[in-house]
Amino acid sequence: MALLRHTNQPAVERQALTINPAKTCQPVGALYAALGVHNCLPHSHGSQGCCSYHRSVLTRHYKEPVMAATSSFTEGSSVFGGQSNLLAAIENIFTLYAPDIIAVHTTCLSETIGDDIPQIAAKAQNEGKIPAGKFVIHANTPSYVGSHVTGFANMTKSLVSYFAEKGPAKLRTVNVVPGWVEPADMREIKRIAALMGVEIILFPDTSDVLDAPQIGKHEFYPRGGVTVQALRKTGSSQATIALGPTASGSAALELEKKCEVEATMLELPIGLRATDAFIDALRRIAGVEVPQALKDERGRLMDVITDMHQYFYGKRVALWGDPDQLVSLAGFLADVDMQPVYTVTGTPGRAFEERLTRVLAGRVPGVRMRQGAQADMFLLHQWIKEQAVDLLVGNTYGKYIARDENIPLVRHGFPILDRVGHAYFPSVGYLGGIRMLEKILQALQDKQDRDCPEEAVELVM
Amino acid sequence: MKNQEAPQGEALREKVLAGYPAKLAKKRAPQLVVNHTHADGQVPPVKANVRTTPGIITQRGCCYAGCKGVVLGPTRDIVNLVHGPIGCSFYAWLTRRNQTRPPTAQDENFMTYCFSTDMQDENIVFGGEKKLRAAVQEAYDLFHPKAIGIFSTCPVGLIGDDVHAVAKEMKEKLGINIFGFSCEGYKGVSQSAGHHIANNQLFKHVIGLDDQAPEGKFKITMLGEYNIGGDAFVLEELLARCGFTLVATLSGNSTINQFERAHTADLNVVMCHRSINYVADMIEKKYGVPWFKVNFIGAKSTAKSLRKMAAFFDDAELAARVEQVIAEELAKVEAVAARIKPRCTGKTAMLFVGGSRAHHYQDLFAEIGMKTIAAGYEFAHRDDYEGRRVLSSITVDADSRNIEELEVEKDPKRYRKILSDEKRQKLASVNFEFNDYQGMMPQMDDETLVIDDINEQDTQRLLELCKPDIFCAGIKEKYSVQKHGIPCKQLHSYDYGGPYAGFQGAINFYQEIDRLINTRIWSFIEPPWEVAASPTLEATYERG
Repeated sequence: MALLRHTNQPAVERQALTINPAKTCQPVGALYAALGVHNCLPHSHGSQGCCSYHRSVLTRHYKEPVMAATSSFTEGSSVFGGQSNLLAAIENIFTLYAPDIIAVHTTCLSETIGDDIPQIAAKAQNEGKIPAGKFVIHANTPSYVGSHVTGFANMTKSLVSYFAEKGPAKLRTVNVVPGWVEPADMREIKRIAALMGVEIILFPDTSDVLDAPQIGKHEFYPRGGVTVQALRKTGSSQATIALGPTASGSAALELEKKCEVEATMLELPIGLRATDAFIDALRRIAGVEVPQALKDERGRLMDVITDMHQYFYGKRVALWGDPDQLVSLAGFLADVDMQPVYTVTGTPGRAFEERLTRVLAGRVPGVRMRQGAQADMFLLHQWIKEQAVDLLVGNTYGKYIARDENIPLVRHGFPILDRVGHAYFPSVGYLGGIRMLEKILQALQDKQDRDCPEEAVELVM
Repeated sequence: MKNQEAPQGEALREKVLAGYPAKLAKKRAPQLVVNHTHADGQVPPVKANVRTTPGIITQRGCCYAGCKGVVLGPTRDIVNLVHGPIGCSFYAWLTRRNQTRPPTAQDENFMTYCFSTDMQDENIVFGGEKKLRAAVQEAYDLFHPKAIGIFSTCPVGLIGDDVHAVAKEMKEKLGINIFGFSCEGYKGVSQSAGHHIANNQLFKHVIGLDDQAPEGKFKITMLGEYNIGGDAFVLEELLARCGFTLVATLSGNSTINQFERAHTADLNVVMCHRSINYVADMIEKKYGVPWFKVNFIGAKSTAKSLRKMAAFFDDAELAARVEQVIAEELAKVEAVAARIKPRCTGKTAMLFVGGSRAHHYQDLFAEIGMKTIAAGYEFAHRDDYEGRRVLSSITVDADSRNIEELEVEKDPKRYRKILSDEKRQKLASVNFEFNDYQGMMPQMDDETLVIDDINEQDTQRLLELCKPDIFCAGIKEKYSVQKHGIPCKQLHSYDYGGPYAGFQGAINFYQEIDRLINTRIWSFIEPPWEVAASPTLEATYERG
């Protein structure tokens, strides 16, 4: 028996059919980014189902309440345009849910109709539907362009377009755009910056939003999220560090364009050398020394790598997910002498292959990589059938391949629907690196313990 | 913790409505009803199956979700190809957890796969039919399935792609059954429109293609059972033990061939009235198969349903076997209930979910002594609340008018008169009802609150005002409920537990509710130093 029993043919080029995608659509990314703004209610301008699906997948991933509203399009709105729905929604949301900001993202439906969100928001403003001091912002997120990561990037860029102001004088702050990472990662980035004595503005910031504690009370707007005040100040910061160009690049470039805040593009700080690059950039921009505490963390990560190298060396890995995550992960795996042989991302863009090739630097013979519509998990599985791998790294949808092929799976990315931990423990920074290696070792060594001949069971490993 | 002073009836209704500004409260008021069953069984009218106000945080999803996810989702051997941008197919990929059990390793099962045309902007601008045609061809070349279903998403309707023309063309070219669904997300007001569109197409393109009934006596088809958490497996086993022959299930653990021969049964039993009652009507009209409502959620309801089915076939041996199975199973159920009932008696439940579950699950709670104090559906219609007696008085609004109603006629060759007039009369004399559904409300206590299309606002107010012992809803509500320190049981996904149907399911559910309600974990939320009786500070560190 096999769960993916129909994946049994050699890989052929497809032009039209996507099977088991390694991506989803833009709006969910915009919704996630908007949750990282304090007192902000994300709003989906489209049919009810979009909002329902996005809230569901984020809820399954975080096991937390995910609040967002919808324009609830009907056939009539689809014919005559969604203006009256959005006007009603804005009025109702401010009355019932009292947010500081409504962050509207579009959908394939409202984009195809051609609804002009700024025009509708202006009309709402003129009609007195937006209370004083409150905001309606928007991002265009057509589902038929890019992927969920594009939606995250677009909403993050909109935070800059709507709020960043170039003040009279430069502030001490450094902007950090964290990319589509977990609340735990955002918290870790803030901790690292604090250790270094660098004052950062992190946006968006879903820590204390999507990892809210159980206190017997439901906070409709949890205490986390970047504030409007902080977003305004981003225009006067010393510099912006964009972690992961796909998710964070456009916001950083917008700050450069709008407020002349210099942008530094880095890969996501997952693994040793990407974290080194982040810390070095913070050090240089802020003019600070790297504190002993961080040097010790780095040393501990190095210790794990050198102590356990024999278990990493030469292991073949297949990965799927988002470009920024994949480039840093694959680079990290190659650094510890693993072989990230197969990588797919549904997020389109040729830059991904260039970045991945650069980071692998010829260290992985026979490497295969693909991006775009047919770069899906069906193709990845076909590659695995051709020549197997030792480890899978990706989201929950890999569990079917893992079971059919008896390959251990380390869950990483979005969505993770069947395990906890990702919201609480980071994968960025040196500690995140230790955690990633711990998970990889656990998966590989558990399999060895389970599957090896009895006489080969090692007590000490 | 429990609120002894919780408002009830009209007082509660008014307090919930007070959360809205006047204009919205007025609009919302007819969807909140205090239950009262008159002597003749009539209940107050509920406004249902109407648009959700924009901006309201609703439970509801879309037409596509009802069509692709609910009705066609559980069928394993159809390649369900979604024509649209990637998200719609991605989100419907395995998340409803319909289980399926292909008999052998060779049997087809596409349920673990997600198929999409992944429309790009050029497809929106220049049309997507060419890509759809190519995708159907590629799916055929790779998998050679028996059938392919094509599902339309929002932009498809707007740009005018004709999925039915492509389906027809490719059906002729490839020689397999291919059918399309115009289930764009914006149609109707909820998933319910999608159920209807799905079922209409199955009726037009699939049901009736195979006149070969399976071997066996007492043939039935089960309508509106979707095999969440293995419910269908329990029921298949139960029905077989009793001696019934299950011709088809729409659509839990099903295959397309089951659909093709669904009309060969002698009786249709309907589980989820909302999603499928019109199919039962259409099959009866065209093929003569009578139907009635059953409920396999709850041990007593299961026993009652089995007895009614046995009575329909009027066979002594069948009746005896059914009684024997019921006796054996009830003994097991009652042993568990006896242990759990004292631990749950008097506790309160609220159920806001679906189009039938908010009704059916009240039976299970009642069996362990629990009281349902408020309930409502996410996407049901008035007849699901008030019973089929109100069918003729339901006004058809603009949103419903757009959903096709099929004109069905008696099939001149295949219509069977299954019940003789004499037998029908005999059954009528013992109040045996066909084409029946009394609805949720007549079964609920007076003064309980019924809320249609509940939203986040109502939910929060209900929780604060009434502090129920358990709240039943779906994934989007689960954690905002639990943040109150109140357990939430998901009745869409069963929280990845179950099965809850039939006798074994009842046992599982009692145990699950006992776990949720009687665990001590909720009492640990408050740290010891914040408990009122906590001793005051006795010492201090020296402060530098």
